[in-house]
Amino acid sequence: MSEPLLQVSNLRTFFSTEEGIVRAVDGLSFTIHKGEKFGVVGESGSGKSVTALSVMRLIEPPAGEIVTGEITFKGEDLLGLKDEEMRKVRGGQIAMIFQDPMTALNPVYTIGNQLIETIMLHQSVGKSAAAEIAIQALDDVHIPNPKVRMEDYPHQLSGGMRQRVMIAMGLSCDPDLLIADEPTTALDVTTQAQILDLMLVLTEERNTAVMLITHDLGVVAGFCDNIQVMYAGRLAERGTTDFIFDDTLHPYTAGLLGSMTRLDEVREERLYSIRGAPPSLIDPPNGCRFRSRCDFAKEICTRDTPLPREISEDHWVACHFAPDLDLIRVKGEPVG
Amino acid sequence: MTDRPRGDDPNSYSALDIEAEGLTVEPITQWQLFKSRFVRHRLAMLAAVVLGVILLLAVFADVLPLQNPTQQLEDEGGRIVNLLSPRGDYWFGTDELGQDVLARVIYGGRTSLTVAVLTGLMVATFGTLVGSIAGYYGGWIDTLLMRFTDLILSLPLLPVAIVAAAWLRETFQGREALSLAVLLGTLLWGTLARIVRAEFLSLREKEFVEAARAAGARDRRIIFRHILPNALSPIIVNATLVIGTAIILEAALSFLGFGVRPPEPAWGQMAANGGRLAVGGSGAWWLVLFPSVALIVTVLSVNFLGDGLRDALDPTQTIERK
Repeated sequence: MSEPLLQVSNLRTFFSTEEGIVRAVDGLSFTIHKGEKFGVVGESGSGKSVTALSVMRLIEPPAGEIVTGEITFKGEDLLGLKDEEMRKVRGGQIAMIFQDPMTALNPVYTIGNQLIETIMLHQSVGKSAAAEIAIQALDDVHIPNPKVRMEDYPHQLSGGMRQRVMIAMGLSCDPDLLIADEPTTALDVTTQAQILDLMLVLTEERNTAVMLITHDLGVVAGFCDNIQVMYAGRLAERGTTDFIFDDTLHPYTAGLLGSMTRLDEVREERLYSIRGAPPSLIDPPNGCRFRSRCDFAKEICTRDTPLPREISEDHWVACHFAPDLDLIRVKGEPVG
Repeated sequence: MTDRPRGDDPNSYSALDIEAEGLTVEPITQWQLFKSRFVRHRLAMLAAVVLGVILLLAVFADVLPLQNPTQQLEDEGGRIVNLLSPRGDYWFGTDELGQDVLARVIYGGRTSLTVAVLTGLMVATFGTLVGSIAGYYGGWIDTLLMRFTDLILSLPLLPVAIVAAAWLRETFQGREALSLAVLLGTLLWGTLARIVRAEFLSLREKEFVEAARAAGARDRRIIFRHILPNALSPIIVNATLVIGTAIILEAALSFLGFGVRPPEPAWGQMAANGGRLAVGGSGAWWLVLFPSVALIVTVLSVNFLGDGLRDALDPTQTIERK
């Protein structure tokens, strides 16, 4: 793998609420390399989005705070940057695409206007040059007749078209890293596939690294080189896409895979679901946070917090018993 | 990944394709959209025309063939022609001092409109600024600004106005319209500040604000370029309401003797004085009617205009009101 682009180590991002401190991300480390497609998977509340917002430094005090950790981007410590310098990184070197394209565009400006604004924030070009770049960017994401569409307001476009505009906006300044926070969740399945293909093609062309956040393992399967499965603010398992799907080590990952619907098999019993619900992140007890839902939990799981271990090269897992568990009965036979 | 020959892509329609199908789609600019919506809003159009006429009359009062509004008119015999009912020479009649009511209504419009528009501007500026900063930043800034707003809102208007009027009059050296506008502007911005703050509290959580931040925009840019335009409707509506309120308050203060002082004319003051006379038994209804009609028509027009502006300025609004 090429040189590291983004290194996050021991990140802890907490939110203070009336009920107590929510440990949304609690000791997370990972590295994204240049041009890598990195998937972050987990259920709601597992800290995926908070991780992304922490990298962008968009966690707003006093509600939320990055308590400890280091975030290094291209050798630079992001947490040590002044606000002004951080603004240059945002949108310029790290761009972000949001979940809901319906609300991520400002309803009172034309899309051309918003594209031009973003371009002019980060590149020293005049308005007409920025418009040229914007039209090119819209053309790149296959928006038909981009010159005319520049004059459209967001509400005049469909959801898929708007997400294309968001991608165009994200890539317009040629960032090194694109963070896509559930970019296809709000879209229907066919549009979802188109948008993912488009993102893959465009980022491959430019050698842009992507951090794809999703709760849908089907989305990351065809897209990512590496996948990180998160649970309750911590790492559960991380490895190449093949490792995660075929050599699953963590019971939670196995549960996620087992609860996916598959079209290539006849199913006679009910679809598997992981029992229980994720624990509250306010004052979580010691030990493994997944233990209450885990079929394999033993006494040690209550006592000791499992630390991420590297089982084989680049395959990390945070479970006391990996790799000795028989997970096949949870996740089913591996695909063909 | 692959070279994509532009124009040959089956996914992209060029303008030519569309024309080939016999369809032409003309892009509509924001201004065109605004114009067509506003023109279709009949009441607002009417209000705009009426306000336009009133403004023109007030601005060009000097060049119109009018009497001097503060001159006591005399007949050939040198007697002052006071309390004449409307007639050929004096369309709106004359008042108890023999001044021409038509001239006074038109010149009074100048004063009243100056007070109202200046007040509206001051309120819009103050209220928006305080409300947006409080709503956007929250925390102690919000607490500080909102407690200050509460303080302003809790001031009883008339006693404060009475105390401040004398001091303001001295400060502004007889420019009474300006001193009144400063007074009213200072007292009336609280409501708008609260409305704007509430708008900002909800708008700042919208994803497009986060997207703007993620694109590297500064706070100032987010506040004024991204959030404020989305909060424009309530600001416009409130500012127009304030303009109406200012005209009416000018009347109340003038009635109490703390507004525009005679002989300088203003609508509220004329209606108030005329009312006293008419009730006093002279039967001089024209002293009340004309300034009051001018006042009511103006206030209504401003409110209708605000309504139309709000509807026309919202690009997502598709319902057209007639």
